[in-house]
Amino acid sequence: MKKQKKGNDGQQTVNRPVLTGFFAVLSVVYLLPIVMVLMNSFKTNESVSLETFALPTSETFVGFANYVKGMTFGNYPFLKSAGYSLYITVISAALILVCCSMSAWYVARVGSFFSKVVYYLCVFSMVVPFQMVMFTLALTADKTGLNTPWTIPIIYLGFGSGLAVFMFTGFVRGIPLEIEEAAAIDGCGPIRTFFMVVVPMLKPTLISVGVLEIMWVWNDYLLPYLVLDRTKYMTIPIHIQYLKGSYGHVDMGATMALIMVSIIPIIIFYLTCQKHIIKGVAAGAVKG
Amino acid sequence: MKKLKHDPAALNSKLIRRPIQRCFWLFLLPTFVAFCIGFLYPFLQGIYLSFCKFKTIKKAEFVFLDNYVTALKDPGFVHAFWFTALFTITTVILINVLAFAVAYALTRGIKGSNLFRTVFFMPNLIGGIVLGYIWSMIFEGVFSHFGTSLLLKSSLGFWGLVILVCWQQIGYMMIVYVAGINAVPDDIVEAAKIDGATGWQTLKSIIIPNVMPSITICTFLTLTNGFKLFDQNLALTEGRPFIQQAGNAIKTTEMMALNIFNSFYASGGSNRGIGQAKAVMFFILVAAISLIQLSVTRKREVQQ
Amino acid sequence: MNIKRVCAAAVLGSMIAAVPAMAEGKVYYLNFKPEADQAWQDLAAVYTEQTGVEVKVVTAAAGTYDDTLTAEMDKSDAPTMFQIGNQGAVNSWGDYAVILDDSDIVAEQVTDVYNQKNSDGETVSVGYCYESYGIIVNKALLKEAGYDVADINNFETLKAAADDIHARAEELGFDAFSSAGLDGSSSWRFSGHLANMPLYYQFRDGDVTEQPAEITDAYLDNFKAIWDLYITDSATTGSDLLAATGDQSEAEFMSGKAVFYQNGTWEYNNLIAGGMNAEDITMIPIYCGVEGEEEAGLCSGTENCWAVNNEASDEDIQATLDFMTWVVTSEEGTTMLAEQFGATPFKSAKTPENVFLAAAQELEAAGKYTVTWAFNWTPAVDDWRAAVVDAMGQYTAGTGEWDAVVSAFVDGWAVQYANDHA
Repeated sequence: MKKQKKGNDGQQTVNRPVLTGFFAVLSVVYLLPIVMVLMNSFKTNESVSLETFALPTSETFVGFANYVKGMTFGNYPFLKSAGYSLYITVISAALILVCCSMSAWYVARVGSFFSKVVYYLCVFSMVVPFQMVMFTLALTADKTGLNTPWTIPIIYLGFGSGLAVFMFTGFVRGIPLEIEEAAAIDGCGPIRTFFMVVVPMLKPTLISVGVLEIMWVWNDYLLPYLVLDRTKYMTIPIHIQYLKGSYGHVDMGATMALIMVSIIPIIIFYLTCQKHIIKGVAAGAVKG
Repeated sequence: MKKLKHDPAALNSKLIRRPIQRCFWLFLLPTFVAFCIGFLYPFLQGIYLSFCKFKTIKKAEFVFLDNYVTALKDPGFVHAFWFTALFTITTVILINVLAFAVAYALTRGIKGSNLFRTVFFMPNLIGGIVLGYIWSMIFEGVFSHFGTSLLLKSSLGFWGLVILVCWQQIGYMMIVYVAGINAVPDDIVEAAKIDGATGWQTLKSIIIPNVMPSITICTFLTLTNGFKLFDQNLALTEGRPFIQQAGNAIKTTEMMALNIFNSFYASGGSNRGIGQAKAVMFFILVAAISLIQLSVTRKREVQQ
Repeated sequence: MNIKRVCAAAVLGSMIAAVPAMAEGKVYYLNFKPEADQAWQDLAAVYTEQTGVEVKVVTAAAGTYDDTLTAEMDKSDAPTMFQIGNQGAVNSWGDYAVILDDSDIVAEQVTDVYNQKNSDGETVSVGYCYESYGIIVNKALLKEAGYDVADINNFETLKAAADDIHARAEELGFDAFSSAGLDGSSSWRFSGHLANMPLYYQFRDGDVTEQPAEITDAYLDNFKAIWDLYITDSATTGSDLLAATGDQSEAEFMSGKAVFYQNGTWEYNNLIAGGMNAEDITMIPIYCGVEGEEEAGLCSGTENCWAVNNEASDEDIQATLDFMTWVVTSEEGTTMLAEQFGATPFKSAKTPENVFLAAAQELEAAGKYTVTWAFNWTPAVDDWRAAVVDAMGQYTAGTGEWDAVVSAFVDGWAVQYANDHA
């Protein structure tokens, strides 16, 4: 699909090296904030706040001390938070993908009154901001015992199903019925038809929805902050906020180190799955 | 239940409809139950509680519209509304113009486009809280040289938030625009070129009308993102600085979502029903904007 | 078949029998002081080991107690033991507290002046320690600069010494005051403790005996005078103070870079652990230029009061009461209290080795008046303080006027009071 414009337009040929140079500079500037965090994570506390942009010197360089300190800073092991974050993200995304694609198929293929109600409820839920339900959702999660990292994916499924069902339904409606009918004639039950016939066709949508959900859940702060029993479970964003929200002490160096530690997996994830992520975002947005 | 003949939208094939319906418990029920717990019930309870005075819901008392009246009289909430509106307008324009410009430039076949695209998109993957602290460090580092701080001047807080959000979202919108521009059929562009259209004319009369769906979606996304902004606001300014207005400390950089959060969780003695009433109004506002915006832009899309 | 049934019944029976034993109450303490978190965790473990009763201790991050408490109280597993430390908290949480007048722990007290009472005069929370704060002085450095603690007995003498030290800071190698940081980890020293000075004096003059709906700007000039001194005679000034943390201030004092450091008796352990000598440090009253302040003692009082959640189950309430009584009577509990909290108003209390508390008692013995904690009456205390801190920050950085501080102080009080009593 990519178009390579021919350089038959004189103006463009002249502009190109300039543009390339411009974007190269812009890219460097764009990455500077992250480089600053990296640099500051190796500096002493005072130096982080007093000479933010100075390179570490022999006096202010502390090596990996901030990283070591950060791991247990604030009386809560950082790796525990990271573990919860990872678990919650993976399970929630998987749950949303499986359940919502199934529901979307049902909604798209069964035109009953109920499935229409479900569909419009999903659309409706997409325009409701989280603040509207945050307080009551936290209460409900507590009452139903869904306030642990093991069960919070159900909350994510509930709150996130609107968008996912909406996107999947849009896609399923575009799939010609004949294929599924053929499968049914061949004696396939609905469960087999769905997993053997529909899912393979849904793959691109699964990837785009998956990418969106992973990005949402991994970075989400407020929902787990309110829903989880904060006294026992933290996720990475909660942990970082807790550090800066001063646990009686503020340790800038350790905070920078932890910010770095929390960004690295994202960057790795991004660089390895870049194609899917960018495609997913583009597809997801155009569908929405 | 047998009305499907009259229903043209659902191309229901009886052949597959019945069996699926029999598996209702598997296909629809789990999601629906989760949806009720995670959305429907809290939503309805939220509406109800906005009419109640309560601190913990065990001791809730029905007061009807009192909370709404109090909320609208709260100068902090009114300020948050205007601040949010101004912020959203600014970011919608900046992000969309810049993202479109970058996308347009990157689809001209520049060397290294893919690399640039990778770089610009990256900040989008970082969460709001972390972004807030990264930029807080950078802004404070800069401003401390001028003897000021993000926490001292509302205008610094405002532009700080704008820069942060631009840095975060331009990449995302750029990707959407790139997809949109790439989807413009080659032959129309070539035809325009043969007709002697300049680059600017092509952009104005061919590209932009054809990427209207992308513009719709990006405007929609930036608009709602702007109104719903919370994490970045919390981490970067926390609403500071305040101004004193007859004893009310107005948090000059507090946006609506943060204001609602604070009404629920920060005030010691006060009534949380006010927070819930604010949340209901916030919901109506966001929903209305989304719907109006969608219907307006959809009308102007080019039907291909 | 029958045998099976009998077996099943026996198993079932034993399970039922086991349940009440398991279900004896448990304790969930929502702790208020981050610096004492570890000590509480250790003590809870000891108690659980000795009695088998589960004790969960959770600590709210600094400055977020009220908001954490509000969130936790609505949960099914709510704290059974929490803090009602001031009038504002009595207003918001008094309805949730077990009335403790007839409890064992009150019977263990030597005085009830630190307890919080509701409008009917019933005890809703028990003060478990009292603390004093003032200006901590590094006597050794002060001597090096040519002054003696005894010379400082009012604002003029304090200012004279501080100004002189600040002027010679380069030559001496240290400055007068440690940084008066306004970061959240430090600002409570000023919006809470320092702000008590004008409140105390105006309440004293007006014979105020209950939470007032409004306050005046009386003595706020004195507040300004002492604040100006802190932010002038210091190595850290202006907008740098906005982000300066409590740790930073403590570190400056510990490393001998400052002579004066406003803080409380609870800092003693930290300073000693940080390598300071007990003989070198003492605490003097905060002087702010009020008539007759030569006769002032330290600011003593408490915000540390335990309340018991009356919505907890009866077993949990009983378990909590037992735990509280154990803390103030047992060897381990009293040792921990003495180490962490210093002076406690209980019969079995241990004497702490805290020179700051000794200073407080010395001043009291010399007939000086104790500056009580008038700030315990602050309405919606977190919000009120946040507004005062913000205004102080703008004033300190030079972008705001002092009037804004006065407004946050006086008008803010009235507004928060009205909100609280709406």
